[in-house]
Amino acid sequence: MRKFFEKLVEGGLLISGSVSSLTILLIVVFLFKEAGGLFNTPSTEEGYVLAVHNTNEVAKLSPEQLMDIFDGNITNWKEIGGNDVEILPFRLSDLTNYYSEEELGSEFQYVPQKISELIGKEPGIIAFFPEQYLLQEHFQGKVLPTQNITPSEFFGGTKWYPTATPAPIFGLIPLLLGTLLVSIGAIVLSLPFGLAVAIYMAEIANHRMRDFLKPIIELLAGIPSVVYGFFGLVVIVPLIQKTFDLPVGETAFAGSVVLAIMALPTIITVAEDAMRTTPRAMKEASLALGATQWQTIYKVIIPYSISGITSAVVLGIGRAIGETMAVLMVTGNAAVIPTSFFEPVRTIPATIAAELGEAPAGGAHYEALFLLGVVLFLITLLLSISVEYISSKRKI
Amino acid sequence: MIKIDAQNVDFYYGSFHALKNISMQIEANTSVAFIGPSGCGKSTFLRLFNRMNDLIPDTRLEGKIFIDGHNIYDKGVKVDTLRKDVGMVFQKPNPFPKTIFENVAYGLRVNGVKDKDYIEETVIKSLKQVVLWDEVKDKLKDSAFALSGGQQQRLCIARALAISPSILLMDEPTSALDPISTSKIEDLVHELKKDYTIVIVTHNMQQAARVSDKTGYFYLGELIEYGETRKIFTNPEKESTQNYITGRFG
Ligand SMILES: Nc1ncnc2c1ncn2[C@@H]1O[C@H](COP(=O)(O)OP(=O)(O)O)[C@@H](O)[C@H]1O
Ligand SMILES: [Mg+2]
Repeated sequence: MRKFFEKLVEGGLLISGSVSSLTILLIVVFLFKEAGGLFNTPSTEEGYVLAVHNTNEVAKLSPEQLMDIFDGNITNWKEIGGNDVEILPFRLSDLTNYYSEEELGSEFQYVPQKISELIGKEPGIIAFFPEQYLLQEHFQGKVLPTQNITPSEFFGGTKWYPTATPAPIFGLIPLLLGTLLVSIGAIVLSLPFGLAVAIYMAEIANHRMRDFLKPIIELLAGIPSVVYGFFGLVVIVPLIQKTFDLPVGETAFAGSVVLAIMALPTIITVAEDAMRTTPRAMKEASLALGATQWQTIYKVIIPYSISGITSAVVLGIGRAIGETMAVLMVTGNAAVIPTSFFEPVRTIPATIAAELGEAPAGGAHYEALFLLGVVLFLITLLLSISVEYISSKRKI
Repeated sequence: MIKIDAQNVDFYYGSFHALKNISMQIEANTSVAFIGPSGCGKSTFLRLFNRMNDLIPDTRLEGKIFIDGHNIYDKGVKVDTLRKDVGMVFQKPNPFPKTIFENVAYGLRVNGVKDKDYIEETVIKSLKQVVLWDEVKDKLKDSAFALSGGQQQRLCIARALAISPSILLMDEPTSALDPISTSKIEDLVHELKKDYTIVIVTHNMQQAARVSDKTGYFYLGELIEYGETRKIFTNPEKESTQNYITGRFG
């Protein structure tokens, strides 16, 4: 009977272990599968075509060039390797500027002919219109071949305009830099302070003080991040704006401060627990050799518990990099390449959270957000592997 | 010359009266053994000499302990300076998670010695003193944990000697070691006695007889008898001592 129960428990543990590993694996597979689709997706909106005059020599346009053309930042074909002709951007809605409603027909049945005619007439035109209005025969222009979004456009792109037409722009760089800036700032702020508190609690505070502090710090770890974000928005953001005399307080720095506060409890508790594992004999040996308490802390206790301290750091950084809500609330969410700490930035997690709701499933935007998720996943993975490696090297 | 002079020492862990009115004089360059059943206060008394008990919260000392004529519990005494002069070896070998070299150099480094050549010389000298040099000279950069228990304990002795103390306290230094390592350390104590004052706590009666000039027998927090080792072991004054050394209890 006893044996049977043991077998039962054993089986239960095996099943729950494999189920949870499998779930994690499935999540990762799902993430990569959805994200990988991005590079098989045309860079222009599906169901639309881009057409130019027959004499136009430009055969390829990147999403960024397209945006510049339709925004009027590029006005001549020679700027992008074509003839010296003024660019005439054309969207379907512009058609009524060229033709009257009668000419287009009562049921718009002549629209395809008219578009074709217009393209034939204007050497500098670039037309963006739904595929259904493309004249099947005798089209008097050249349809630009559709291109897929390329990895270099994504990983090297410096702009993030996911809803731009005719071609959305998914450039990772501003989001990546935003994430790194906010996270590094958070670590720089929280690490020295967190370790100092951990040392204080593990080695210096008497047990009454420690019994008082420990539950408070553990409580802090349990506060939902929205609450931290709210606190940041009402207290820290205005404070930063006033102190540094900025136009807006929602900056990378505000994000770092809020994240630092959030990462502190994790860093403190994990590092403190690690330092407490230092055997008493080790401490006594150091003190008996005439070392002061401080010398003992940084020459014996910290090296001894370095692997625990590094896991505290990894957990802290991990929380900082992956944190969404609080950062979303205080960083201003401008997807531009940051040039200083005191500018609005946008992080990868904040982008995913803010945009996933409005990105149609399976579309380029949706896939781009999944790819952001993959990037985030890889960053944290790389981080823990390298820290693991470093701390294994440190042990002699 | 009197090196250590304890006068009417009482020690309390909270309300527990661990040492009761102990007085003892230890002469320079001799070795003294503390014997007695487990829990009688040998370690507690030993750890008073380098103020190791200061680390334990809620303890209290009455009486005076003089080393070289100065009360080490006076207000002005700096504990880390005291501990440089009073080295200690613990029951279990407790090397640092550092290299063999750095273990021995540790005491010098924390005392602000920067001179590389001096550090190296001292490390070599200390390792030779404990007869460990030949065994480790090719692996000074290896972790101290790679050594055997006996080697680790000799390393810990070398570590204590490197800062040239005048007193060496040893709390059951061989209780975790095999007989061969034990006898090596006993030989060492014999050797070191010439230059250091040694106080050694031991469970092992033969060891006390072999290495010490004088022996103190403790029982339930009291120093029952203290005198020449030969006399304690052949002709003790107290019956309790007699019973202990003949193995009737303890
Ligand atoms: N840190 C401590 N807190 C409270 N009591 C202690 C502590 N250390 C030792 N004691 C008590 O003091 C007595 C003497 O201990 P100790 O000096 O270690 O004995 P010995 O070394 O002779 O075996 C024992 O009864 C022990 O329980
Ligand atoms: Mg003891």
